[in-house]
Amino acid sequence: MSELALPARRVAASDSRAIRAAAPVRYLVAAVALFIAALMIAPVALSFFASIKPSADAVAIPPTYLPRTLSLENYWKIIHYQAGLWTYVSNSLIVAVMAIVFVLALCVPAGYGLARFKFRGKEVLFLMLLLPLMIPYQALLSPLYLMFAKIGLANTHFGLAIIHTMLQLPFSIYLMRNSFEGVPRELEEAARIDGAGSFQCFWRVSLPLTVPGMITVALFAFITSWNEFLGALVVMNRETQFTVPIMLVGVRTGHMFSVDWGALQAGIIVSIIPCLAIYLFLQKYYVSGLLSGAVK
Amino acid sequence: MKRRNGNLLGLVYMAPALLFVAVFVLYPFEQLILTSFTSQSLLGGSRFIGLANYLQAFHDPTFLRALGFTIKYTVIITPILMILGYLLALLTASNRPVLQFARGVIFMPVVIGLGASSLLWYWLFDQQVGLFDKALVDLHIASKMIVWWTDANWALSGVIISVVWKVVGFGMLLFVASIQAISPDVIEASLIDGATYWQRVRMIYLPLTARTILLVTLISAIGSMLAFDQFYIMTLGGPIGQTFTAVYWMYQSSFISFKLGYGDAQAVILTVIIMIGAAIQIALTAKRGQA
Repeated sequence: MSELALPARRVAASDSRAIRAAAPVRYLVAAVALFIAALMIAPVALSFFASIKPSADAVAIPPTYLPRTLSLENYWKIIHYQAGLWTYVSNSLIVAVMAIVFVLALCVPAGYGLARFKFRGKEVLFLMLLLPLMIPYQALLSPLYLMFAKIGLANTHFGLAIIHTMLQLPFSIYLMRNSFEGVPRELEEAARIDGAGSFQCFWRVSLPLTVPGMITVALFAFITSWNEFLGALVVMNRETQFTVPIMLVGVRTGHMFSVDWGALQAGIIVSIIPCLAIYLFLQKYYVSGLLSGAVK
Repeated sequence: MKRRNGNLLGLVYMAPALLFVAVFVLYPFEQLILTSFTSQSLLGGSRFIGLANYLQAFHDPTFLRALGFTIKYTVIITPILMILGYLLALLTASNRPVLQFARGVIFMPVVIGLGASSLLWYWLFDQQVGLFDKALVDLHIASKMIVWWTDANWALSGVIISVVWKVVGFGMLLFVASIQAISPDVIEASLIDGATYWQRVRMIYLPLTARTILLVTLISAIGSMLAFDQFYIMTLGGPIGQTFTAVYWMYQSSFISFKLGYGDAQAVILTVIIMIGAAIQIALTAKRGQA
């Protein structure tokens, strides 16, 4: 316990000593950091304020930063946009949930296989699983489009989910491999002595210990899928199959060259909310996953 | 006994993912290369035409300009992202609550979709209702509302501002993590030697985080070389086709002009460029375990 506490205390010591010489600098650093944070949040805040203006105020020239009167008119409009907001949201959700299921079903066992077994050619196969990093999915959209048309996956949630799965595959396998490598081998060996079979060791012993890794993988799959644009643009050609980002471009294009800015901001806010909620409430999983993907 | 079964069992666990990559990555990639030698149209009809698509690409002023523009975009935005990201990391590197909070806010746009953020900035940049433009006027930085999309350089600047806002936190977070991973002993030693802050940054932080810097540079550069959403949404390739990116023109060739064979040849050329960067990225990530 005391050993664990030691590094933290030393970091803190060096931290404070580095800054002690210049106490005003501490306040300056904090002020600058907060100022930048305010700048970073401003675009989203302004978009939110515009979304709760009455529709006419949102397109008024010159514009105002803050709403003078509050109104949910823009949200009402976006809810009833074309096929209805729920159609697009449910398309996005269905694709995202499918992508999460596919990613977990493929990457959890693959990560386990890579972490637990030693065999010739393993690293070559690992590299093969990282291929989607090297071959950009943008380049594969045209052959995938033809393939999907042939096997009946064009314009389907399933087809788009496959593309989103592909995008997440390398990162997720990498992360699951690391997760399983973090589970002590001794646990499985002990279970084996107690008579557990090989699959039971995976399913009952190691798998439950990698749940945090799986949550991270699922979160990233959701955010990637929910936000992905080009694949959805290519695969989904029918208005009723559009996902939220494609719908938003439709809202922007508007009709008769006049953009309904208020409705667009309401749509943007709706599309941002799930990502922000995940980030706010599950930050621990999100950030740890990001870091394990690149730094220690 | 475990060893003997290990070979086969390991493969069994990896099989679904391997099969997926074979069917949805390798097979389409093979098709991509084959189609790039044909006159395949999205409307059907295809015959073998050898290298004609590739020759066409290298004589197509729009493709060459799109490739050149993508490289220009990458070369400009990557250093901006790295330098701003690193400065923000230095600013917020210590774990004081106020700085952790600032870090959390600066990272926030990373989780927003590029499509949504591009539409958001398209609105902020509007010459009539854009609040970014209005703020510039109110602060006397600009004399009147700027028109961003009718000039290629302004359009590029607009896209860069919006993308920097969206992704600068990504580099910042990775840089903070790698700065915090530096052993406190090294920093204490430099303090005893009386090194100034910027000496410490130059002599300790930068060299000891070099690998992360390289990795983030590669990730950013690859992402920028594949840019599509932000240009499709904000500039629509305009004015007069000056801001088409490589992926955008490929999309345009394949799915708007229906020339799949030609679009695929462009895709192959782009893939070769990306593969080089990605190979270095993978090598760097793999080496990490040993260091």
